[in-house]
Amino acid sequence: MALKGRVAALSGLLVASLAIGMAVGPADLSPGAWLGALRGDPGPAATILWRVRLPRVATGALTGGMLAVSGVVFQALLRNPLAEPYLLGVSSGAAVGAVCSLALGLSASAYFALPLAALLGALAAIAVVFEVARVGGRLDTRVLLLAGVVVSAFLSACVLLILTFVRAETLRSAFFWTMGSLSGASWGMIGAMLAYGIPAVAVILGMSRHLNALTLGEETAAHLGTDAERVKRVAFVLASLLAAATVSVAGVIGFVGLVVPHAVRLSGVRDHRALTPLSFLVGGSALVLADAVARTAAAPMEIPIGVVTAFLGVPLFLVLLRRTVRS
Amino acid sequence: MICHLDGVSYRYRGRPENALHEVNLEVEEGTHVALVGPNGAGKSTLLRILTGMLRPHVGTATVLGRPAHAWKRRDMARLAAVVSQSGEVDVRISVRDLVSMGRHPYVSPWSPLAPRDHAVVDSCLLEVDLAALADRDVGELSGGELQRARLARALAQEPRLLLLDEPTAHLDLGHEARFMERVRHYTDTQSLTVVAVTHHLNVAARHADRMVLLSAGRVLEQGPPEAVLSPPLLEAAFEWPVDIVDLGELGLQAIPHPRAAEWTES
Repeated sequence: MALKGRVAALSGLLVASLAIGMAVGPADLSPGAWLGALRGDPGPAATILWRVRLPRVATGALTGGMLAVSGVVFQALLRNPLAEPYLLGVSSGAAVGAVCSLALGLSASAYFALPLAALLGALAAIAVVFEVARVGGRLDTRVLLLAGVVVSAFLSACVLLILTFVRAETLRSAFFWTMGSLSGASWGMIGAMLAYGIPAVAVILGMSRHLNALTLGEETAAHLGTDAERVKRVAFVLASLLAAATVSVAGVIGFVGLVVPHAVRLSGVRDHRALTPLSFLVGGSALVLADAVARTAAAPMEIPIGVVTAFLGVPLFLVLLRRTVRS
Repeated sequence: MICHLDGVSYRYRGRPENALHEVNLEVEEGTHVALVGPNGAGKSTLLRILTGMLRPHVGTATVLGRPAHAWKRRDMARLAAVVSQSGEVDVRISVRDLVSMGRHPYVSPWSPLAPRDHAVVDSCLLEVDLAALADRDVGELSGGELQRARLARALAQEPRLLLLDEPTAHLDLGHEARFMERVRHYTDTQSLTVVAVTHHLNVAARHADRMVLLSAGRVLEQGPPEAVLSPPLLEAAFEWPVDIVDLGELGLQAIPHPRAAEWTES
């Protein structure tokens, strides 16, 4: 099957990206030490590999994959190739939720409280954006993006305001929350991401045919047997949940949800049964590689990963915007 | 009887007037019913009531004895298919994929289309003469081809009831005639029930068994074309004088008066 072939090829890409991500870093490991640590030799190389780099690349792969799937869903529901969690304000909303829960000390108890607060923030943000962009019962695409960007700017300001007043150890830097970073990755976070991500992606995969139908328009989808309102509600919450989960562990990272699904569509994939898993794999690989660039381009300093994704994503966004406005 | 509307009224939120007012309608299985009337008369609203997309505020709308809005979308999609004039504008999929969407109410989320689904899709493509264009991108189709593709998608749902919402609005005379003759053929040979919203009185008169003339949300008249196509009724509905000419085998033709001076002001 064509899909199986593509999944295999892109899984290979993801594994290669993970290997590259684990090979590069500030500590210069010789290939021998690297391979030895992989085989289980104890020592500093093993500590770096298993405690630092592997959690980091694994978090990167999950974050990239989940952001890409979130973008796929938003694009299908809004019938707009420019929709993605960052540009819709979903990610900044999640950041506000996350920072609030940290500032109030709610999340000291569990990794699970933080993504939940982030989800509430994400849903609140998208509710505001939708309310602004709804003109006569329809979502106006241009207003939607404008509202998303403005709400996003406001919420970033809120994050910075909270960070100014609350100086707790747990809060991390403004850089982290506004431009993202995988530096805080840990196995506990990966567990939390899997707990949120696997069920969400599984349900989204199960809704693939409905998402396909929705790309024909809500009314047509309903005539084809899709309960459009219910599918939309569930999918919006799940897409927001995926974005919120990534924000809680890696901060706000833009444009992955935009660029990756678009690249997969360019290769001719339209069916969500293929688009979703392929976007996950490509998104995971892309973010692991972006993080490798972020760590090495200006070593020993680390560039925020959101800067790397923005440098790649903004030009593409502008091209897409021109095309959408013209048509 | 497949559809039954009893005293149905519906009002859109924020509007002062009812979009439909105390409408009674019966659709017999295997007949072609045309809904005609001026812009904003409530024709498309009536269609949405029939598919259960809208729920009447007053009265009842039943399909096969069950309230239309109470049907599960999936079950309704196996019974009734809709062809309208819009939708999927910038969707980049093949004609075959578009028609395959008609199998949506029959397939489970995970499994691929079964051989029978593919067979239905193939026969529907053949049926509307699009087999040669099956792998073409939907965006490359002409208006007439696109409407045939939408009809094929609707037929792939294997419906008993076909609802048409101005399906020929963007088609020229020849394509419109072919489209409507095709639909009439399905009614005659497979007793497909058709409810068609149209602006074209003469097309409706030619193809429909019954016509329903709506104006301002009310049914002015319903019955066979010769009962509905009466000058005073049409003038009341369209606010323009209309004559009816009987062309024998070619049927009844509604012809608006030229330059009705006393009407041009309003």
